[in-house]
Amino acid sequence: MNQMTEEGYVTEDGRTIGGKLMEMKHISLRFGGVKAITDISFDIREGEIRAIIGPNGAGKSSMLNVVSGFYVPQEGEVWFRGEKRPQMRPYEVARQGIARTFQNIALFEGMSVLDNVMTGRLTHMQTGIAAQALWKGKAEREEVENREFVEKIIDFLEIQAIRKTPVANLPYGMKKRVELARALAAEPKLLLLDEPMAGMNVEEKEDMSRFVLDVNDEFGTTIALIEHDMGVVMDLSDRVVVMDYGKKIGDGTPDEVRNNQDVIDAYLGVSHD
Amino acid sequence: MAQSSQATDGLSSIPALLKRNAAEFGHKAAYREKEFGIWQSWTWKQAAEEIDNLALGLINLGVEEGDFVAIIGRNRPYLYWSMVAAQSVGAIPVPLYQDAAAEEMAYVLDHCGARFVIVEDQEQVDKVIEVQDQLHQFEHMIYLDPKGLRKYDHARLHEFAHIQEQGHAARDEFTPELEKRRAKLDYSSVCVMLYTSGTTGKPKGVVLSNRNVIESAKNSAAFDNLGPNEEVLAYLPMAWVGDFIFSIGQSYWCGFCVNCPENADTMMIDLREIGPTYYFAPPRVFETQLTNVMIRMEDAGRLKKWLFDTFMAHARKVGPAILDGKPVGAWDRIKYALGDLFIYGPLKNTLGFSRVRVGYTAGEAIGPEIFDFYRSLGINLKQLYGQTEATVFITVQPDGEVRSDTVGVPAPGVELKISDDGEVFYRSPGVFENYYKNPESTADTKDPDGWVATGDAGFIEEDTGHLRIIDRAKDVGKMSDGSLFAPKYVENKLKFYPNILEAVVFGNEREKCMAFINIDLSAVGNWAERNNIAYSSYQELAGHPKVLQTVQEHVEEVNKSVAEDPMLSGCQVHRFLILHKELDADDGEMTRTRKVRRRIVEDKYSDLITALYDGSKEIFTKTEVTYEDGRKGSISATLEIRDAAVVPVTPQKVAAE
Repeated sequence: MNQMTEEGYVTEDGRTIGGKLMEMKHISLRFGGVKAITDISFDIREGEIRAIIGPNGAGKSSMLNVVSGFYVPQEGEVWFRGEKRPQMRPYEVARQGIARTFQNIALFEGMSVLDNVMTGRLTHMQTGIAAQALWKGKAEREEVENREFVEKIIDFLEIQAIRKTPVANLPYGMKKRVELARALAAEPKLLLLDEPMAGMNVEEKEDMSRFVLDVNDEFGTTIALIEHDMGVVMDLSDRVVVMDYGKKIGDGTPDEVRNNQDVIDAYLGVSHD
Repeated sequence: MAQSSQATDGLSSIPALLKRNAAEFGHKAAYREKEFGIWQSWTWKQAAEEIDNLALGLINLGVEEGDFVAIIGRNRPYLYWSMVAAQSVGAIPVPLYQDAAAEEMAYVLDHCGARFVIVEDQEQVDKVIEVQDQLHQFEHMIYLDPKGLRKYDHARLHEFAHIQEQGHAARDEFTPELEKRRAKLDYSSVCVMLYTSGTTGKPKGVVLSNRNVIESAKNSAAFDNLGPNEEVLAYLPMAWVGDFIFSIGQSYWCGFCVNCPENADTMMIDLREIGPTYYFAPPRVFETQLTNVMIRMEDAGRLKKWLFDTFMAHARKVGPAILDGKPVGAWDRIKYALGDLFIYGPLKNTLGFSRVRVGYTAGEAIGPEIFDFYRSLGINLKQLYGQTEATVFITVQPDGEVRSDTVGVPAPGVELKISDDGEVFYRSPGVFENYYKNPESTADTKDPDGWVATGDAGFIEEDTGHLRIIDRAKDVGKMSDGSLFAPKYVENKLKFYPNILEAVVFGNEREKCMAFINIDLSAVGNWAERNNIAYSSYQELAGHPKVLQTVQEHVEEVNKSVAEDPMLSGCQVHRFLILHKELDADDGEMTRTRKVRRRIVEDKYSDLITALYDGSKEIFTKTEVTYEDGRKGSISATLEIRDAAVVPVTPQKVAAE
C-alpha cells in the first residue's frame, strides 16, 4: 500500500481509494454482562473492500450489526459520510445508503427472484400504498424505472434464467447470489456482506469472489465483508480488521495482517508453557 | 415464394443479400435478442445500418481485404453483424467455439493469422490476452460487454460501440472505400472459414465461398418452403456450420428473423417465448427435453399420469401417420384431436414447439423412441445428414418419408456414390473450396472431379433411395473372426437408453466386443432420488450395484437387438464397465461438439481395456482430470466389471470385405 492519507491511498493493484466513508470510534457493545465488543476503532474508506475477520465468537457479526444500525453500542460513535450518526432504526440506516446480506439467507422464500430483488428498491419508491395499488401515473412510471434498474442487476449477476423462479426452489449458492442482487438493487454506498461464501463449494466461491470484485469495480461500491475463508479474504480485500474476543488485534493490508504475531497466535493458538 | 424464383443475379454475397433485405423487408424484424428481460429487435434496415457502421469502423481500424477476423462468443446479433461487416470490408470471418480453452484458441488464431478478434466479454478477452504472445499477427481486439474491462490496457482493446461510433463519424471518408470493397465480392469470394472440431488431429479450416453458402441456402430453403416469416432461435455454437447456414445463409436468403437467447441458461424459456417455426437441434437436446418431460410426469398425480400415458400411447399409434397424411380412421382422428386439445397441444407449448413447421436433427443418430415421441405429437421432425465440407446438406428427409433409421435422400443439387469399401462420397455446389493452408488434406478429401469423401460408411436402400449410415468408415473394422465391427452402431443403440449418456465399444481385431459406459447423471440421479439411494458424486452413483444391474439389462437388450442383424451380430457386448468419470472435452476425450475421440479414450484407459479382456472382476485405476479453469487433478476408483449375456451366433463373413 502506498502512503495512507486523510484523502485516501492507492492500492497494490492501482485502484485509488478515497477518504473515510465510515468511521467507528471506540465502540463497545455489551449484552448484559457479556462484552461482545471492547473499544474498537477503525474506518472504511470510499471505494475499498474491507474485511473483518476473526475466530468464532470474536464479535464480527456484532460489529457488522453495529455498522448496519441493528445494534446500538453502549459506548463509542459511528460516523458516516462525515457526520456523527444519531441513533437510528435499521430502515433509516438503509435509506442512508447501507445495504447488507445475511449469514443465514433472509429472502422471501415464496416469492420469485424478481420480486425479491424488487423489494431492494423499496427505499427508492416514493409513491404510497394507495397509488401503488391503483398503479397509475407516477406509481407506474416508478415501477418501470425500478424494474429497469433491477434488470440491470439481474444481467450483472447473470441470474436471468431464474428470474421467475420461486426462491424456495433455488440451490443455496444461487440464493446467496439473489441476496446480493437484492442488496445491490438498493444502490448502496456501503454494502455489508455477512459471510458471503459460507457453505459454498469452490466453484461457487470463485463466482461469488468475481461478483464482489465486479460490483466494487463497476459501481464503485464500498464493501465491508465478514468471511471465514482466509484465502478469499486475503485475495479480495484491500484492508483487513482482525478481531479476537471482542478486541481488535490487527488492522492493515492482507500482507501486514498475515505477518502480525497476535493474529497468528489468535488463529493457530499459543502454547502456554 | 418470391425470393427463390429470383435469379441470383447481383445477389452473390451475404452483404448483397443484406442490401436486398433492407430494401425489400426494411421494416420486418431481422434480429431479436432478449436483454434486460425484454425482447429487443432490429429491422433489416436497422441491421444494415449497424453493420455499415461496424464495417466503416473496421476500415478505420485498419482491416484490409483478405484479413481474417476471428469472432468468439455466444449467439448475439452483434456477433452476427460482425461476421457480415467483416465480409463487407473484404475480410474473412472465422467464428470460434466460445467454450474452447485458451490453448485451443491459440492454435486456430495462429493458424489463420487473425489480425483482429471480436469477442463477447471479459472471459474471452482474458483468454486471448493469455495467448497473445504466441500470436504474431494479432493486432486489435474488439469486445461487446465492457463489464470488468474498464481497467484493462486499451492500447489494442476497443469497445464494440466505440468502433461503430468511430465508423459512423468517419462515414464520409470511408463510405466510398466500403462500397468499392463490397462491389468486388462475388460468388467465388470467400464467405466464411469454419474450423472443424476434428475427432482426430488438429482442427482444419474449411473455406466456404459465397457460392457454397448461398447455393446451399437457396436449395434447402426451396426444399422446405422456407419464407421470410420463419422464426428461428439461434442457440447452437456460432462456429458450427449449421448455425452459419441457418442464422446467416438461409436467414439472409429468405429474409427471416434470427432470435438470440438472453444467455446460455435461458434457452428453454426463450424457446417457449419465441415459438420458432423452423428449428434445429442435435439429438441430445431432444433427448434432454424428453427426459425432463418424463421426469416431471413421474412426479405428477395419478390421474394426470394416466391421461398422459393413455393419450401418448394413442399418439404413438396414429400420430406419425396423421403427420405424413396417411389414411387414419375417423374415430382415431377424433381421439387424436381430443388428445391434441388436452395433452399434445399444451405439451408442445411447454416445449416451445407449438409453431414448429420444420424441425431437423442431425449430427448423431437419434433414438427411435425419441424421434417417434416428437413426431407423434405432430411435430414435423426430420433428419438430415451433413458436414462442414458440404456446407451442411448431403441428404435430407422429404416430408412424408421420415424414418428414424435413415438420413434421407440426396439434398437438391447433391450427387451420391458409395465406394467399393462402403464409404459415402458426394458432389454438390456446396462442396468446400479447400482446407486453409493444408493442400494435402484437401487432396485427400476432395478428388479432382469434386467428389468428397465423408469418412462415413453407409449404403443406399434399393427400394427407397434413402441413405443409411452405419458408422465412421475408419472406425468400421473387423473382428478377429472376420465379421464386421461397427462400434458406433452398437454405441448408438446403447445411448438410446435415457440412463446411458455415452458408450464406447472396443473390439477391432479382437474376438469379442467390450464397452465403457457413462451414465446420464440427471436421469439416473432422479431415479436414485425416487428410490432413496443416497449418492454424493457421479463416481459414487456410477459404482452403485443397482445402477450396474440396470445398465447390464440395457446391454443385454442391445445384444439381442444387435444379434438380429446378421451382418453385425458379432458386435454384441460381452463385458462392460461404468467409467468413474464423465468423458469430457476439457480432458480431450471428446470434441467440443461432444463426439467421442475413440483413439484418445483407448490410450488413456488402456488399463481398463486390458482388464475387460483379461477377465478380471474389478480394476483399480487413477485418472487425470482437467477442471474448467485449466487446473489439473486426479481421481481414482475401483471399478467393477460385469459380464453381459450374449445371443449365440455363427460368425459371418462380410460380403463387402
